[in-house]
Order: sequence, then C-alpha cells, then structure tokens
Amino acid sequence: MKRGPLIPIIATLGFVFLYAPIISLIVFSFNESKLVTVWGGFSTKWYGELFADPQVLNAGLLSLRVAAVSASIALVLGTLCGVALTRFRRFRGKTLLAGLVSAPLVMPDVITGLSLLLLFVAMESLIGWPAGRSELTIVLAHSTFCMSYVTVVVRSRLADLDLSLEEAAQDLGATPARVFFDITLPIIAPALVSGWLLSFTLSLDDLVIASFVSGPGSSTLPMVIFSKIKLGVSPDVNALASVIIGIVALGVVIATILQLRRPRTARA
Amino acid sequence: MAKKPQIAADTRPWRDPNAKPFVRIRDVTKKFGDVVAVSEVSLDIFKGELFCLLGGSGSGKSTLLRMLAGFEEPTAGAIEIDGQDMAGVPPYRRPINMMFQSYALFPHMTVWNNIAYGLKRDHLPRPEIEARVAELLKLVKLEGYERRKPNQLSGGQRQRVALARALARRPKLLLLDEPLGALDKKLREETQFELVKIQETLGVTFIVVTHDQEEAMSLATRIGVMNQGEIAMVGEPSEIYEFPNSRFVANFIGSANMVEGVVTEDEPDHVRIRSAELGADIYVDHGVDCSPEQILWWAIRPEKIRLTREKPAVQAGVPPDTNMTKGFVEDIAYLGDMTVYQVRLDNGRYMRVTKANALRGDPDAISWDETVWASWSGSSGSVLTS
Repeated sequence: MKRGPLIPIIATLGFVFLYAPIISLIVFSFNESKLVTVWGGFSTKWYGELFADPQVLNAGLLSLRVAAVSASIALVLGTLCGVALTRFRRFRGKTLLAGLVSAPLVMPDVITGLSLLLLFVAMESLIGWPAGRSELTIVLAHSTFCMSYVTVVVRSRLADLDLSLEEAAQDLGATPARVFFDITLPIIAPALVSGWLLSFTLSLDDLVIASFVSGPGSSTLPMVIFSKIKLGVSPDVNALASVIIGIVALGVVIATILQLRRPRTARA
Repeated sequence: MAKKPQIAADTRPWRDPNAKPFVRIRDVTKKFGDVVAVSEVSLDIFKGELFCLLGGSGSGKSTLLRMLAGFEEPTAGAIEIDGQDMAGVPPYRRPINMMFQSYALFPHMTVWNNIAYGLKRDHLPRPEIEARVAELLKLVKLEGYERRKPNQLSGGQRQRVALARALARRPKLLLLDEPLGALDKKLREETQFELVKIQETLGVTFIVVTHDQEEAMSLATRIGVMNQGEIAMVGEPSEIYEFPNSRFVANFIGSANMVEGVVTEDEPDHVRIRSAELGADIYVDHGVDCSPEQILWWAIRPEKIRLTREKPAVQAGVPPDTNMTKGFVEDIAYLGDMTVYQVRLDNGRYMRVTKANALRGDPDAISWDETVWASWSGSSGSVLTS
C-alpha cells in the first residue's frame, strides 16, 4: 500500500498530544527557577530537595509497597476466579459471579471507596479487624478492585486456550493440579504479567479510594501530591512525577524484554 | 495403500467365540442433557487390533473415544480395559493414551519436552527418559528436531510429534482422533502406511476415529460404522463393503444403487424380487430371511454391473429375463482409472455404473446417448431388510 504524507502527520500529532505534557513535565523538573512556568536554567536541585523530604519519600515507598502487595493478591484471587469462571462446569451462581466480578470495573471510585470505608468501620466494630484505617485497609481495598481487572484479563486468555491441551496433559498422567502449573499457567503467563502490571499501575494511580480508606500516617503518593498541589504547584512535584514516570517506564521495558525472551528459553 | 496389521486369518480373534476381548464396551449410553450422543453401544476390541470407528459428524464416535480416554463418564453402561472396570478412573490413571485431532502439542515446550512430558509424570530416571525420547524420535523420523517448538514445525511433523508423545508411555491402548485429518492427500497416504507400520512394530492396540471411509478401509482390521449414536455394523472392511447389513451402511460406505422391491419367490436357495423402480426382476442366488410379499431393498455397487450394447445372453444359474434392465447413457465422467456412467432407465431412474479403464483409449467404449443393457449376476447385490 502506498502511504501518503497524511499518516505520518496524524501519527506525529497523536504522539505529541499524548506525550507533550509528560515531556514538558520532565523538562520543567530540571528547572532552576522556583516559578513553574518560567525557565531559569538547568538544575537538579528539586530532585535533591525531593529526596530530602521525608513526607514524600515515605509516601512514595508506601505507594510502591501497597501497589506491589495488592497487585500480587489481586493476581492470585483474580486468576482463581478466572479459572473458576472458564474451566468449571456450570455451577450455581456462575452467571451471578461473572456479573459481580465485572461490576467494580464500572463502579465509580467514590462509591467503591465509600462502601469499603463503611464496610471496614462496620467490621471493626463487629470483629475488631481491621483495627483502624491504615496501610492494611488500602491494600485490602486495592486488591478488591484490581482483582476484577485480573479476572477479566485471565478469563479472556483462558477462553482462547485450547481445552485439549489440558486434556492431553491429563492423558499423559498429570493430575489436575499438575496440569494447571505445567500447562495452563505457563501458557497464560503473559496475561498474568499484564494483569499484575495493570493492577500495579491502577493501585499506584488511585487517589479517590485511598483517600477514603487510608488513616493517619498512611498517605499514599497521589494523596501527598494532591495535597501539595492545593498549596500551589511547586517544582519538586514535577521532579516527583518524573521519578514515577521513570519507574513505570522501567517496569514496562523489563516486562517487554521478559516477554520477548520467553520463546527462546532452553528446555527445562 | 497401507498394509494391514499382520493378524493371520486363523488368529482373527473376533472370529473366535472364546477369545477374551481387550476392550469391552457394554451397553454404554452417554447423554448431554436431553441429547443422546451415544446410545447403548456394545463393542469388543481385541489385543493388537487396529479398530476404526467410522461415522459422520455427530454420529457419536468422538464421544465414545472420549469415554474410553476418561474425559467423559458414561451415563449408563460399563467400559472394561484389560479386565479392569474403568468407571470412576480419571484420565491420568488409565493405561491409555490419546492422540488429539488438533495434536494438542504444548506450545511452550520443545519437541523433546513434549515427548518427555508423560515420562516425567511417571517419574522415570533421567537417563531412561533420554533413551526413550531418542528412540521415539527415531521411530517417527524426527531426529534433530528436539529443540524446536511446535510452531516451528510443519503439519506433518507436528502430527508425528503428537504420535511419539502418545506412544511414549508404552500405552496398552492408543486412541487416535482423526489422526490424518489435518494432512493433505499425498501426505495422508504416506502417513497411513507409517501409522500401520508403527502399530505393527509395537503391537499396540489402536482405536482410530475417522470420518474418511477410504482411510478406515485401508487402515483397519475391523470397522465399526456409527450412525446417530449407535453402532450400525461391525465387521472387516470387506464385509462392510460387500455385505452391508442395512441401507445406511450400504449408502455410507462407497456408493450403491439402491432400489425398493417386493419378494415374489422366497425359497431356501434363492429369492426373486420384483422391482418397479428398476423395471426388472432380481434373482438372488441365496436364501434370504424374508417372507413373500415383503417389501425390501436391494443394493448393488456400481462396479458390479456390466454394460453391453446387445441384450445379454441368459446367464448361468439365473432365469431368463432377470437381472437385466435397459437404459440410456446420459452422462459419462472420465476419472482416469475408471469411467462412471450415468444410465437413465426407462422409468426415469438413474443407475450408476463404473468400468475400469483397462485399455488405453478404448475405441469400442460405450459413449453418450447409446442405448445399453445393464446386467449383473445372482450374487452381486445385497438384499437389505432394514
């Protein structure tokens, strides 16, 4: 097909539209000036200031911890749920479960956050757990809604997976559990990786739900940024955002490399 | 064509009433909801056989195979393999392996790992696994392909990996679901030969599911024809072809001219049938279990009919003016090895006749628009009462 000049132009415009804000953010994070919109020469002082600020640092570590833990919990629960929905014969409430699992995808964050807060408060007064609002409640909240995303991703991958592969493994003497770990898991591994990364990102990004369920001393990074912005945009927020972008980009690159390397691995 | 497994005539176990079957299927029924997929099938299969289950789609042949493998439990009836009842035995505990129609090769494993998978599950020591895999790769002629992934193989190579993997655990019984279905015609004929050779060398009992009757005829020691969940007929390929037991089998295997008729003479040594459809009397030179005036069907294979320009002379053992009818050659299809004639009978019915092209460019061959006589001997056709 002959390509006119239109396609490169549209593509360029698209990329500019997507990445111009991010690039300007990174550029201004190296700004000498205290005024965010005025360029005053190159400097890395905001990065220095950032790493000297214990509030930001703690919030950053908390967010990474919460994201990693809740993505992992969501991965396990979501995978189990996806397997149950695709591999088990019809069971009572299967359709209901399928609907309930995808409901959090469309639920407004405000509702999710509020309902989780009410649940945690009720649970605390009834069984005394979880005690107060803390990192634990954020992890619980994030695992809950991230699980839905993992289920959706895993389910669609499993639906495409040829059932006879699992039958063949059984036929060759593998118990159902073995089949799951030898055949099913490796084949759906890419879906698991993307499900985990998706959950990690969603958790890292979440402001609304975390605001509802966090307690004193457990402010996540988005919450800290948001409160800083309320006092006016300061250049160290730019630096902070650049660091986050760096971490996310690194994660994506590693995931891509792992995916590309997989087909060439030697025999186990 | 492929050579049949060497079961000598006198040791054909299905002809021996005292032989102990290796696989016994007793009144097996399988229902999916209200749909009956397999209906009261009973079948005995003997050690060393290459048994073909032949049928169209939806005939229940694959369901029967899946019940043998253990992926489906029969709704009623019992399956016994080597004297052991298989009820409740999961697939991974059965002395059976299966070759899947899609091959079901594990895409994330190399050829070597695919073949070794079953052996690893049996916890064989590593050197033994290595020796066994090497032996199997040699058997299916895939040495040097150990490190390839399934997506780096051709269709024929994948088929052979699937076969090697299914044979790895030395199963007593190998189930093959449309083993040659995905191969092109040329490769299929070669592979047929290979398959029979391997079966013969290893002495494994094979049960093959296929919808391809030519494949079944050339592979099988015996064929079980399935129709709508039931076994329509079980027999050696020649029995199925020459002595079909029903209209379904006569039509399903090969092609047949079939007409309805009424019995006019019913003697122990012969039967006479009047067929308005054929416009002739049919003389059958053996007794048939029927009664006078009974309506039945008579089928004859296209290659068993002779075409002549003149009215044929009286045939030995056949009364005059029977077993012949007059027609008009309306169409001819030249297929190279043989010619197919479409003969329109006087009453408008068509008869299909084939003739082997023994002579090259026969100048005297019967041509379009000729009036011809079709005739057959007293033993050529089959009388069918169902």
